[in-house]
Amino acid sequence: MTFPLAQLQLIPQGADYIRILPELILSAFGILVMVLDPLVDEEKSQKTLGLIAFSGTVAALIATWFMAQSPGLAFSNTIRIDSFSVFFTFLVIAIAAVVILSSFEYMAVQRIRAGEYYALILFGVVGMAVMSSAIELVMIFIGLEISSISTYILAGFLRNEASSSEASLKYFLLGSFATAFFLYGVALMFGATGSTNIDTIAQKLPAGPVELLVFVAMALMFVGLGFKVGAAPFHVWTPDVYEGSPAPVVGFMSTAPKAAAFAVLLRVVYAINAPGRFWVLWILAALSMTLGNVGALVQTNVKRLLAYSSIAHAGYLLMAFAMTSPQDSVAGISAAMFYSAAYAAMNVGAFAVVSHFANAGERYVTLEDYEGLGRSSPLLAATLTIFLLSLIGIPLTGGFFAKFYVFSAAMRANLVGLTVIGVINSAVGAYYYLRIIVMMYMRESRKQVPVSRISFGLGTALAVSLLATLYLGLLPNRVLQTAQHSAQDLLPRQSPPASSTAQIQPPAPLPQP
Amino acid sequence: MNSLDLNILTLVTFIPLAGALLLVLFPRRDRDIRIFALVISLLAFVVSLHLPVYFHRVQAGFQFEIDKPWISSPNIHYHMGIDGFSMWLVVLTTFLTPLCVLISWKSVHDRVKEFFILLLILETALIGVFTSLDLFLFYFFWESTLIPMALLIGVFGHDRKVYAAVKFFMYTMIASVFMLAAILWLYAHTHSFDFVTIRDLIARGAVPSFPAAAQWLFLGFFLAFAVKVPLFPFHTWLPDAHVEAPTAGSVLLAGVLLKMGTYGMLRFNLGLFPEQARQNASWIMILALIGIIYGALVAMVQPNMKKLIAYSSVSHLGFVVLGIFSFTQSGLNGAMFVMLAHGVSTGALFMLAGILHERRHTYEISEFGGLAAPMPVYAASYLFIVLASVGLPLLNGFVGEFLVLSGAFQDKPIYGILAATGVIWSACYLLWMFQRVFYGKVTHPVNNSMADLIGFEKAAIWPCAVAALIMGIAPILWLGAIDPAVQAALAPIPQMIGKVVGQ
Repeated sequence: MTFPLAQLQLIPQGADYIRILPELILSAFGILVMVLDPLVDEEKSQKTLGLIAFSGTVAALIATWFMAQSPGLAFSNTIRIDSFSVFFTFLVIAIAAVVILSSFEYMAVQRIRAGEYYALILFGVVGMAVMSSAIELVMIFIGLEISSISTYILAGFLRNEASSSEASLKYFLLGSFATAFFLYGVALMFGATGSTNIDTIAQKLPAGPVELLVFVAMALMFVGLGFKVGAAPFHVWTPDVYEGSPAPVVGFMSTAPKAAAFAVLLRVVYAINAPGRFWVLWILAALSMTLGNVGALVQTNVKRLLAYSSIAHAGYLLMAFAMTSPQDSVAGISAAMFYSAAYAAMNVGAFAVVSHFANAGERYVTLEDYEGLGRSSPLLAATLTIFLLSLIGIPLTGGFFAKFYVFSAAMRANLVGLTVIGVINSAVGAYYYLRIIVMMYMRESRKQVPVSRISFGLGTALAVSLLATLYLGLLPNRVLQTAQHSAQDLLPRQSPPASSTAQIQPPAPLPQP
Repeated sequence: MNSLDLNILTLVTFIPLAGALLLVLFPRRDRDIRIFALVISLLAFVVSLHLPVYFHRVQAGFQFEIDKPWISSPNIHYHMGIDGFSMWLVVLTTFLTPLCVLISWKSVHDRVKEFFILLLILETALIGVFTSLDLFLFYFFWESTLIPMALLIGVFGHDRKVYAAVKFFMYTMIASVFMLAAILWLYAHTHSFDFVTIRDLIARGAVPSFPAAAQWLFLGFFLAFAVKVPLFPFHTWLPDAHVEAPTAGSVLLAGVLLKMGTYGMLRFNLGLFPEQARQNASWIMILALIGIIYGALVAMVQPNMKKLIAYSSVSHLGFVVLGIFSFTQSGLNGAMFVMLAHGVSTGALFMLAGILHERRHTYEISEFGGLAAPMPVYAASYLFIVLASVGLPLLNGFVGEFLVLSGAFQDKPIYGILAATGVIWSACYLLWMFQRVFYGKVTHPVNNSMADLIGFEKAAIWPCAVAALIMGIAPILWLGAIDPAVQAALAPIPQMIGKVVGQ
C-alpha cells in the first residue's frame, strides 16, 4: 500500500490546528499543571492546580466553538470535524470540567497529590476528544490508548488502599487485552479493505455479502469497544473497578470514556455500516440490560450498585445501534447521542454526591450509610433523589427522554421484542434506585455518618449537572435537533461510489485570505 | 372562546403545583404552611368549579381544549381537554384535596412542609392525568403520580410503610411500562401522540399493521389500568398501601388514584380499541365479578378497619369495570357514577378511620366497641357515610350500583344476578363492622374518654356527607354531563360495522 504522494506532501494548514484546538488547549494546560506541581506549596496546590485545570477545560469548551466554525477534514484525513464530533468533544470536556469541580474537596480531604491527578484527567480528555473526531482507525486507537492509560492510573490513585490498586491493576490488564482485540480488528480490517480510514472502508465494502475476514475484524473491534463501554458479556471488570477507584474518578470514567467509546462505536457501526451487526448488537443490548439490572438488585455498596446500573444503561444505549435501514438510523444515532448526554449529566451528578459522602474515607459507601440522609442533609438528599429518578427514567428528567427516544427509535425499527425487554428492564431497574431513596427518606439513621458542608466547587458541579438533567427533561428539543443534524453528518453519503477518489483525498480547505 | 375557557385547564392543573413551589420557599412555621396549603387547594377547587358551570352538557367531544406544540421531535403537544368522563374526576380531585389538608391538620406534625408539598404535587399530577389528551402527556402525568404517592406512604405512613411504598411503586411501575411500549408502538405507526388523531386514524383503518398488533396494544394499556384499579388478580398491593398510608394518602389513593385506572379503561381501551374491548369483554367481566364477590368476602373477615375499607374498594371498583365492559348506556353511566360516589364515600370512610387511629393508634376493630356513647356525632356521621357506601336509596351509592346492575342484566342476566349479591355483601360487612365498633357496651375503658369530632374533622367529613346526599337525590346533575360522553363512547361500533358491511 503506497500512500498517494500528494497526501504525504500535505502540510497541515492553520485550519487543521483550529480543528484540534480543544485538544491542544487541554494538553497545554495538562503540561502546565504538571510543571507547576513541584513549584506550588503542597497545602495550596490542591486548589490552585484544580482551578488551573478547570480553567483549562473552560478554555477548551470555548475552543470547541471555534472548532465548530471550521468543519472539515484535517491532518491527512485522520480527523473530521462535523457536528457529530463537536457534540461528543463538547460532552467529554464538559464532563471533565464538572468532575474537576467536584473533586476539589475530595482531593483535599484524601491528601492526594493534585498535580498528577488533574493532569491525567486533562490528558485523558484529550484522548477522548481525539476518539470523538478521528475517522482513521489508527488515530482512534491512539486516542483510545491515551484515554485508557490515564484512567488506569486514575483508578489506582488511592495508593494506600489495596482495593484501589486492585482496581487499577484489574482495569489495566483487562483493558490492555481489550485494546489489543481492537487493534487486531483494525489490522484485519486493513487486510480486508486495504485501508484504515472509515470513509474509505465504507466505500470499499460491498453492499452485498462480504468475506469472512470483515466479519472477524468487526467482531474483534466490537469486543474491544464493548469492553470500553462496559457492555455484557465484557462487563465483569466494572463492579470491582468502580468499587475500588476513588469516587470522583468513577464519576469520570463511567461517563466520559464511555461517551467517547460510544462515539467510536457509532462511527464504526453506522458510518462503515458494519455488516452482520444486527444480532450481535441485539444480544449485546439485551444481555447488558438484563445482567446489569439483575446484578444491581442485590448490591449493598452504592458504588457497586451504580456500576451495575452503568452496565444496564450501556444496554439501553446499545438498543439504538441495532437499526439497519437508513431512515431508522437517524433516529437511532440521535437517540444514542441524546442518551450519552443525559446519562453523563445524571451519573456525574450522582457520583458527585457519592464522592462528597465518601469524603471522610471510602468507608461510607454502603446503603446503610445513606439512612436518614433526607433528614440530616435534605438538600444533598433531594439532589441525589433527582439524579436517581432520572436514572430510573421518571418524567421531567433527562433520563426519561433518553430512554424514551431509544425505545421509540427501536419501536420504529420494529424491534418490538427488544423494546419489551427494555421496558421490563427499566421497571426492574426502578427497584434498586428506589432502595437508595427509601434509605434516605424512610429510614432513621442508626449510626453517625459525618457529612461536611457542601463546598463551592461541589455546589457548582451539582448545580450544573442538576440543571443539565432538568433541561434535558423539560426542553429536550434543541439537543435532540443537534443530535439529529449530527446523525445526518455521520451516515455515509448517498452519493454513488464514482466520486470515491475525490473523497479519499479531498483538497485541504484553503485558508481564507 | 374566551381566554379563561382556553386556559382554565392549565390553571386548574398547575395551581397546586405553583402552591407547592411557593411552599418550598416558606419558612418552617407549621401553622402557616397548613393554612397556605388549605388556601391553595380551596383556590384550585373554586377555579375548577368553572368547568361544570360552563360545560355544554348536550355536546359530545372535548371542551375547554388547549393544544400547543411542546416538543417538536417527537411530536408532543400540550393538548388538554375534558369531556363528561374527565370533568367530574377533575372536580372530585379538587374537592377531596382541601379535605385531605383539613384531616391532616392535626395528624401530621413531623415534616409538615414536605407533606403538604407532596400532597399538592400529587394533586397536580392527578388532575393532569384526567385532562391530558396527548398520550405522552398522559403517560407523563401518570408516572408523576407515583413519586409523591410513594413518598407519602413511605415517609408518613405507619409501621410497614417502606414495604408498602415499594410494593405500590413496583406494581404500578412494572404494569405501566407495558402501556409505554404500546404508546411507543402507536407513535411509531401514526407519528402522533395526539389522542384524537390516533383514535380517528384507527377508526378509519389508516394505521399500518394495526389489526395484527391491536390485541397486544389493548392488553398493554389494559394491564397498566387493571393494576391501578385494581382488578382481581392484581389487587394485592392495595390493602398494604392503604393500611400503611397516612389518612390523606389513603383518601387520595382510594378516592382518585384508583379511578385513574377505570378512567384509563374508558378513555383508552374503549376509545382507541373499541373492537378489542368488545372481544375481550367476557373475561374482563368475569374478573370484575370475581373482584366484586371476592373483595366483599375478604372484607367481611378483616379484623383491621382500614383493610376492610380497602377490600371494599376492590369490590366497588369491580362494579365500575363490570359497568364499563357491559357496553350498555346504563352500565357506562353507572360505572362513571360509582367512580364518583366511591370517591366521596370511601374517601370519607378513610378519614373517619384515620380519626379513630389518631385517638387510639390502632385500626383493629376489636379494640373498639360501644363508641356511640362517647362519640355520638362521630357515630352519626359514620353511619351516614356507611349507608351511602352500602347503597341506600337517596344516597350516592345506590344510583351508580343500580345503573351498573341494570346494564349488567341487559348484557347477561347471570352477570347481573351475581353482581347483585355484591350489594348484599357490602351491606353485611359494613353494617357488621359498624355494629362491632359503635354498639353494645364500651369494652375497653380507654375508649370512654375518646373525644368526639373536632372542628377540623367536621369540616373535612361533612362536605362529603352533603355531597353524598345531593348525588343521591339529584344524580341528573352529574349524569347530564356524563351521558353524552357515554353515547359517544358507545357510538363508534355501529359506524365501523356499517363501514365493514359497506366495503
